[in-house]
Amino acid sequence: MSLQVSDLSFSYGTKTALDGVSFSVGHGQFAALLGPNGAGKSTLFSLLTRLFVTQPGAISIAGHDLKAAPLAAMADLGVVFQQTTLDLDLTVRQNLSYFAALHGLSGRAADTRIDAALARLDMAERAGEKARGLNGGHRRRTEIARALLHDPKVLLLDEPTVGLDAPTRAALTRHIHDLCSDTGVTVLWATHLTDEVLDSDQVVLLHRGQVLADGRCGALRGSASLPEYFAKMTGAPA
Amino acid sequence: MRHALIAMRAIVLREALRFVHQRERFIAALVRPLVWLLVFAAGFRAALGLSISPPYQTYITYETYIVPGLCGMILLFNGMQSSLSLVYDREMGSMRLLLTAPLSRTWLLFSKLLGSTIISILQVYAFLLVAWLFDITLPPLGYLAVLPALALGGLMLGALGLALSSFIKQLENFAGVMNFVIFPMFFLSSALYPLWKMAESSEILHDICAANPFTHAVELIRFALYVEWNGMAFVWTALATAAFMALAVWGYDPARGMMTRKG
Repeated sequence: MSLQVSDLSFSYGTKTALDGVSFSVGHGQFAALLGPNGAGKSTLFSLLTRLFVTQPGAISIAGHDLKAAPLAAMADLGVVFQQTTLDLDLTVRQNLSYFAALHGLSGRAADTRIDAALARLDMAERAGEKARGLNGGHRRRTEIARALLHDPKVLLLDEPTVGLDAPTRAALTRHIHDLCSDTGVTVLWATHLTDEVLDSDQVVLLHRGQVLADGRCGALRGSASLPEYFAKMTGAPA
Repeated sequence: MRHALIAMRAIVLREALRFVHQRERFIAALVRPLVWLLVFAAGFRAALGLSISPPYQTYITYETYIVPGLCGMILLFNGMQSSLSLVYDREMGSMRLLLTAPLSRTWLLFSKLLGSTIISILQVYAFLLVAWLFDITLPPLGYLAVLPALALGGLMLGALGLALSSFIKQLENFAGVMNFVIFPMFFLSSALYPLWKMAESSEILHDICAANPFTHAVELIRFALYVEWNGMAFVWTALATAAFMALAVWGYDPARGMMTRKG
């Protein structure tokens, strides 16, 4: 399994955010972490990205336990955060080089990868532009290109389509699905928007800190549509 | 090891690039001590008599006396300002991004600290250059000898800012810390008046000033500017640097969840 979460719990003081969360995502699988706002998705992402580690449970990324071997685990992890994390005063290329260096890549090796990553996301001609001048969709693409620079085995995206218009959202969703099947990267995509999920995707349905359902989207929803299924399970409109 | 150095270089470079993009910050950092030097000191010179005390060998003007303190002021403001940018960074997510790098947190934080310290030092030299143009000169070797003292002082104050930033969740709180940290640290030190002068008015104030690590950073700089060594100031500054750095590493320790936010 590329990504394994076992019996993870977390609370802020007395408020429980995650309660015994377990699921796993196989190699090259696109998994949608679906849940209404406040389900615990962001907390789970904070734990997956090692912003904080405490309390019971275990996380394994590409076979590395996050507590026992944090650096090996982080080296195999690519992350796109919900808020933008680009340096707006720097160019697209400078942003990517900075990140490449954080992963130990420099010089020609870094340049080659940056070119490849930008080309894959159709951003090559924007390499010299300042991030401030990019629109929301292009900023996101830059961040995805950046997250893929070090060839991570697992890619986490925390509601990456927030604030994007419908066509951009659809293009981005399609792109990540393609990436999954082309490169074999494992994707965990957090969202509360059901139209970003395909029937062949794995769905982990998170609600009030617990996993309500985990399986193939098509099998889970049966004859109902995904929004209907989502509403039935969580009581929240999709 | 190579990886760690590549990352350090990139972090330092990023700090430098950010600084270049914020020209107002540089001007503000330069104007502040110059106002003190050229306005405040000119007014004070008549009111304050300074006798000869080490490292000075002759009578000095008040302007000359406060130069080391103003160097310290630049380091102090910069250390706090870069942690202000850390709080801002963290809100913008780039601190989170930095912390996902597969390197130890201590190393990442130290690299960040090094970047901001180098920028502080450049500003101090810009200030010394302007002071020189106004005829406030130092022994030529002093300009070189002060470099390690500035580096240590800069690291100490940067580490303090870093430690504070890990405990501050919002920018608004930071303004309070500026008032409760920067001003007391600066005024309760030997930056503006010598400690013996302070003792004449109040023993307690003198004792507080003597315990203030900023005093020792300033004294270290003062002696270094005259190519002299002040062992006690060095030990105090070095110890305070280590303590603040440890506090920062502790503050950013993921196991403590100090960075915990509502998800």
